[in-house]
Amino acid sequence: MLDIVTQVAMLMVSLALVLNLWRLLRGPSLPDRILALDTMYINSIALLVLYGLSQASMLYFEAALLIALMGFVGTVALSKYLLRGDIIE
Amino acid sequence: MNTTTTPRRPRRLLPHPVLSLFMLALWLLLANQISGGHLVLGALLAWFIPFVTQSFWPQEMTLGRPWVALKFVFLVLWDIVIANVIVAKWILGSPKKLKPAFMKIPLDLEQDFSITVLASTISLTPGTVSADLSPDSRYLLVHTLHTEDPAETVATIKQRYEAPLKEIFECSTS
Amino acid sequence: MEETSWLEWLISALLLIGAAFALIGSLGLARLPDFFMRLHGPTKATTLGVGSIIVASMVFFSTRGEGLSLHELLIALFLFITAPVSAHIVAKAALHVRLPYRKDTQNWDRDS
Repeated sequence: MLDIVTQVAMLMVSLALVLNLWRLLRGPSLPDRILALDTMYINSIALLVLYGLSQASMLYFEAALLIALMGFVGTVALSKYLLRGDIIE
Repeated sequence: MNTTTTPRRPRRLLPHPVLSLFMLALWLLLANQISGGHLVLGALLAWFIPFVTQSFWPQEMTLGRPWVALKFVFLVLWDIVIANVIVAKWILGSPKKLKPAFMKIPLDLEQDFSITVLASTISLTPGTVSADLSPDSRYLLVHTLHTEDPAETVATIKQRYEAPLKEIFECSTS
Repeated sequence: MEETSWLEWLISALLLIGAAFALIGSLGLARLPDFFMRLHGPTKATTLGVGSIIVASMVFFSTRGEGLSLHELLIALFLFITAPVSAHIVAKAALHVRLPYRKDTQNWDRDS
């Protein structure tokens, strides 16, 4: 049963990623696109954890953690760019 | 911001005991096991990193009431679950019925850290996101997805989240 | 086929709840009318979605007889600390570039 449930959950998260991608492409403003990217990385963490679960492997944990770290820094850097026109002051 | 220049304190051996304990716990989680080696390595790191970076944290973090803090954490976790169900309902319903609002919340908190915790709590709970802090850090600008009565929402936030935070972090200063 | 245990039920329920919230959060991002309203979807629904999936993963790996597995908690902890911060700074950037918001947005201010 768990196999089917993981597959269904992965499908749902993938659908969420498609919705994010749609928002990323459509915009209309830069903050919208940043927000879409931010959501995409959070959803890909979910997808990675789900994949690790379906493979019964803990290997993907580090990847998920790294995406969490990098995604946050990316979001802050992009927003900072909008706020100041510069990333490092 | 409260950028009061604190007088240079002499270097202390264990500047932030609570932070050190927290870092040790984090290290053990990262290692995903409890063994002698990891305990020693984690303890060394948890001592060394706050020691080297102590000039970055001039304000000492005090955890005034651990029990109130614990109660607050569970209150927030519970509210997050409830808030998610409510927000999910709003999202699935018709967006035309929603009444968004910007609210200026006057702050009683004074320390940067407790204001940060309050802003984060607001962002994590019922349909509200903190959007900006006034330069003199006396007002917090909050956007809410739906509210019938902004004044009541502000009162709820102040009483439910700000009051316990004041008790936890600033009970000595008041 | 072996009988499904209550643990499996628990993990399945957590996974489905998590995925549903992640989907709803992204749906909010896609369909709400203005930026500040869209901000609410990801910051909440997604964190609970990932949180729930992570708890499921913790239960799954902890009950396989290889000892406790709590390191997934790190991801959840990290997300719960960073999600409000990134929401705050994106909102700040949006205010800075003066993004339009829905006209019927109420403005509440104690002093005025």
